[in-house]
Amino acid sequence: MSTATGTATLTMAGAINAGLRRAMEDDDRVVVMGEDVGKLGGVYRVTQGLQETFGDRRVMDTPLAESGILGTAVGLAFAGYRPVCEIQFDGFIYPAFDQIVSQVARMHSRTRGAVKMPLTIRVPWAGGIGAAEHHSDSPEALFTHTSGLRVVSVSDPPDAYAVIREAIASDDPVLYFEPKRRYHVKGEVDLDAAPGAVRAMDRARVVAPGNDVTVVAYGGLVQTALAAATAAQSEGISIEVIDLRSLSPIDFDTVVASVERTGRLVVVHEASQTGGLAAELCTAVTERCFYSLEHAPVRVTGYDIPFPPAKLEKFHLPDMDRILDGVDRALDRPNSLQDRGW
Amino acid sequence: MKAELLEAIPGITPYVSLIDADGHRDSTGAFAELVADIGPAELLGLYRDMVIIRRIDTEATALQRQGELGLWPPLLGQEAAQIGSARALAADDFVFSSYRENGVAWVRGVPPTDLLVTWRGVAQSGWDPFIHRMATPQVIIGAQALHATGYALGMQLKQSDSVAITYFGDGATSEGDVSEALVFAASYAAPVVFFCQNNHWAISEPVRVQSRTALVDRAVGFGMPGIQVDGNDVLAVMAVTRSALDRARRGEGPTFIEAVTYRMGPHTTADDPTRYRPPADLAEWAAKDPLARVAAYLRGAGALDAAAEAEVTAAADAVAAELRAGCLAMPDLPPDALFDHVYAEPHPRIDEQRAAQQAYLRMFQ
Repeated sequence: MSTATGTATLTMAGAINAGLRRAMEDDDRVVVMGEDVGKLGGVYRVTQGLQETFGDRRVMDTPLAESGILGTAVGLAFAGYRPVCEIQFDGFIYPAFDQIVSQVARMHSRTRGAVKMPLTIRVPWAGGIGAAEHHSDSPEALFTHTSGLRVVSVSDPPDAYAVIREAIASDDPVLYFEPKRRYHVKGEVDLDAAPGAVRAMDRARVVAPGNDVTVVAYGGLVQTALAAATAAQSEGISIEVIDLRSLSPIDFDTVVASVERTGRLVVVHEASQTGGLAAELCTAVTERCFYSLEHAPVRVTGYDIPFPPAKLEKFHLPDMDRILDGVDRALDRPNSLQDRGW
Repeated sequence: MKAELLEAIPGITPYVSLIDADGHRDSTGAFAELVADIGPAELLGLYRDMVIIRRIDTEATALQRQGELGLWPPLLGQEAAQIGSARALAADDFVFSSYRENGVAWVRGVPPTDLLVTWRGVAQSGWDPFIHRMATPQVIIGAQALHATGYALGMQLKQSDSVAITYFGDGATSEGDVSEALVFAASYAAPVVFFCQNNHWAISEPVRVQSRTALVDRAVGFGMPGIQVDGNDVLAVMAVTRSALDRARRGEGPTFIEAVTYRMGPHTTADDPTRYRPPADLAEWAAKDPLARVAAYLRGAGALDAAAEAEVTAAADAVAAELRAGCLAMPDLPPDALFDHVYAEPHPRIDEQRAAQQAYLRMFQ
């Protein structure tokens, strides 16, 4: 099966698959490895059909060992390859943590630029799908706190297609977080889209323009933030929604430009709050445009708890109403925390 | 069990030894045949290597004691294991080692001064891995076993003749990464040699804390042959390494070698082995010294007279002098070297922080 061309309607999973296929066709140094990625095509079918086309050595079903996947990918990079590793679920990445943090992230620095680590680490990610324990984690801050890595998230099919190709082409290691709740959402994907002069994966993007408050979201919550923006319109509130996309490095320029206009910032994420990305964003925006702010930046995040059982996740994950409550806080309107003076 | 899982279980080769502690050479058997080309002249070369790396070790330890190095990990006692195995490699093979394989680095042509870069604290590595076909020292115990396995998978994909070899110690056999590397290598019949130097100590922990059985016995469970060798016998080490490399090059997969040796010095210059090492051990292993037995053999063969001995000593002293001069002349890097090579591609946070550091440092000008 050869790569389709033109524009296609694809699910987000299908778009990532198309991006992987294109990358493997364009560059025979690209290899895909992970648990069940070959014959099965991945538990979410993101690698479906790739082994049939590219063979069982370029699309390798690995032993069930995450550190082994990352550690052998390091060796493949030494051998000149560009491995795309799948970690089957977010919560399974921790056994690979040492290889990612101590090896993948540092090899280029350690060797003073002699050895590049052009790995892409794909992570089916985050909650909202009623999954079992260890299948809904949001561990991104562990990696954004690690120098030497780039960390990106995607939220819709065209974005996923563009960013996976850029991540694979990058000479730096990239963690590519795929929100599982968005896998089956469909969208129009231009399969021939040439990479832009500025990489999509480096830049946040304004997905809905607005004037009263800036809501920054990423991954699965971008859609939730858009729903909040639509709902707020009925009350005459204009929300600008930014899809952060690059979690490390963060594109502060895009966020600051928005907050300088709106004067108000709400950051939302599924991950727990303490030490999370919202903390970094709120601090950096405060540093960079303090005198533009009309209100202290607001965080709407998961709680500081282990990811809860499926029946409780709706109380943990920020939804449209919690985002709107945060918007009310940023706008000094009646809100759930007004008695605390927040 | 499905029939397809029932492959013939590869065997364990017990303790291979070709030159005993008194310098007697055994020229019979399959392993002896693998090194039949190594006559007295070649053995003199291996002896020379061992004298030189022992001298590098002594000089580096002195440099540490004099405050010129922050730390040094001596290899005293392990010269045969390192030289015998490294001299078995083809130029195109690739080494993934721990931090104690200074003898292997010598064989790979790493300039001795470059060995000190890390331990002087100038940079985190001292050489370009692609020039010497040897990755720079790995400090995380056992992590490099996976890198070697991945490299070997790449060579397999390229249909290259290059074989990866990974060096690790007895302590590392307890690390998950080593077990995972053995699984990956066996599953894919990767062209990689697992070279375990059992030097009996993981800092203060004796090898029995890591394993209740001989380390070589683990090979069978992972589905690869294991060879135990007298790690103080440079010729035997070369023979078993050649056999493992040949097997890998034939496409038959990985081999696990346990080289039984002894760390005669401390774990590093920061360690005090008198707190845990039985004094009798040192005497026992001193009698098995890897250099003395080759010297005895060479003298018996008429290949190590006073002139040859003097030449070897002079060569070692010259390397030591080069090492010392290179160490003292090593330039410190500028403050903003902190930010070099963190990423391969431009990165706004790194750029901002480099500029901030420069602004801060300008206040002192």
